[in-house]
Amino acid sequence: MAKASFEAGVKDYRATYWTPDYVPLDSDLLAVFKIVPQAGVPREEAAAAVAAESSTGTWTTVWTDLLTDLDYYRGRAYRIEPVPGDATAFYAFIAYPIDLFEEGSVVNVLTSLVGNVFGFKAVRSLRLEDLRFPLAYVKTCGGPPNGIALERDRLNKYGRPLLGCTIKPKLGLSAKNYGRAVYECLRGGLDFTKDDENINSQPFMRWQHRFEFVMEAVQKAEAETGERKGHYLNVTAPTPEEMYKRAEFAKSLGAPIIMHDFLTAGFTANTGLANWCRENGMLLHIHRAMHAVLDRNPYHGIHFRVLTKCLRLSGGDHLHSGTVVGKLEGDREATIGWVDMMRESFVPENRTRGIFFDQDWGAMPGVMPVASGGIHVWHMPALTAIFGDDACFQFGGGTLGHPWGNAAGAHANRVALEACVEARNQGRPVEREGREILTEAAKHSPELAIAMETWKEIKFEFDTVDKLDAPAPSPQLASV
Amino acid sequence: MSEILPYEATQRRGETFSYLPPMTPDRLRKQIAYLVAQGWAPAIEHTEPEKAFSSFWYLWKLPMFGETSIERILEELEACHRANPGNHVRLLGYDNFAQSQGTAFIVYRAGANGNA
Repeated sequence: MAKASFEAGVKDYRATYWTPDYVPLDSDLLAVFKIVPQAGVPREEAAAAVAAESSTGTWTTVWTDLLTDLDYYRGRAYRIEPVPGDATAFYAFIAYPIDLFEEGSVVNVLTSLVGNVFGFKAVRSLRLEDLRFPLAYVKTCGGPPNGIALERDRLNKYGRPLLGCTIKPKLGLSAKNYGRAVYECLRGGLDFTKDDENINSQPFMRWQHRFEFVMEAVQKAEAETGERKGHYLNVTAPTPEEMYKRAEFAKSLGAPIIMHDFLTAGFTANTGLANWCRENGMLLHIHRAMHAVLDRNPYHGIHFRVLTKCLRLSGGDHLHSGTVVGKLEGDREATIGWVDMMRESFVPENRTRGIFFDQDWGAMPGVMPVASGGIHVWHMPALTAIFGDDACFQFGGGTLGHPWGNAAGAHANRVALEACVEARNQGRPVEREGREILTEAAKHSPELAIAMETWKEIKFEFDTVDKLDAPAPSPQLASV
Repeated sequence: MSEILPYEATQRRGETFSYLPPMTPDRLRKQIAYLVAQGWAPAIEHTEPEKAFSSFWYLWKLPMFGETSIERILEELEACHRANPGNHVRLLGYDNFAQSQGTAFIVYRAGANGNA
């Protein structure tokens, strides 16, 4: 039956891996890379090289190729598109057969797609812009351990975004002083407080002591307010064994939620912890330290929308998304694109938001986006408009920096949030009328009034914010 | 900077809108109109305040599937309140697509600082 014979040597990649007539299968995993090729390398050859090196190929032909059906297993570059406004780069679309990947393993997918190929000499730079996971693959992944609807039911929070705060200073507090800060925030009206990502178990505050004092604070605030509360206990640890030990202890104290850093700890650890959370009824908050190393360079790395998809498959109930309006980088349309990717069951291709493929999530639960970083009460109208109800807004300095302390700061944020939600429900344009809405609410809340006074120097660009209602992509927003 | 105001002893709250002044009839009507406009099914629950922390309050009759009349919903809220004067009464909107509640807020709050 054998039709091919073995010829030693080097063939152009495009002879095998550039297939412009190929129609991708529903079961294929699709990727789009932004490629800047080395001078003199044709685009088809560069695209084919990426397809080859991220799937079955190597630099030379080998006789063992003939022992399998490589036609079935090879990745195929099937389309090339120019990058708008950039002649140096192009988009290469590559289809991978689903059987190249171990089921339920984001680790395996990434090892192939962003493995050796990123150091490949034929390309000057390479960026994985988007991935389409076939539904057949999505169904093999565990996904968020609980999801948005279950989190709302557990915590009895309906009809509004959730409010949180990262406790500061991020390093150096003793366990009891830290618990004090948590208690003040929660009794003032927040739903959550959060460990900073780099708090693990340092000499100034070992994790057991933090967990114990924090949970006393959570439970006291719950008893006093009659509302359900939580604190993201960070279980990120040097080893998986230690991570699970901390998670078990959090559970034994009655904690409703723990947290993890999925990139620094790695997808193996994250997927394992997500499985543990699913089995133990624990919500899982995901922080994204190190993401900007991977996603900020527009020519090399992995776009955050890809990391978002990988996290949703690996498992997490919350994921930091950026705020659009705060101190950290984040384009509005692009942010809405990956926020949709966290929450929706089907996300259609939408190039104005950077989404290259339809993505069907099937019945996989949604991840709640977390907007955190340099935001304060004046941002509340814009946040409410951009994110809608299924999000968590985290005001760190915007809570703890209140002149009357954490409880008053928390109270001010809660009043502002509820005023914006009420106004939105009444049909008012909350971004344009943000100042009026907050000013009216502050008449009943001295805590909000003084917060607005404190942060009034932070510009609130009515004109700019107003323009955001227009569908134009990438407007620049008011910022801190 | 002004003088620091102490934050008084923590008050009991009731989730969404409980940090705003009690609903006036006009504000309440607008929130009901929003609930109806979303296509959610209005439902009423009530409970003794000391049991309010539970996931399950008493369900008043059945959810009002298909009900879009703000007047009818207000009447049922009042009827529930009259029959259970010492209870919290809340209105919620069942979202059958999300399999969750699109909103829920207390309309009649038992105790001194509510409008019950």
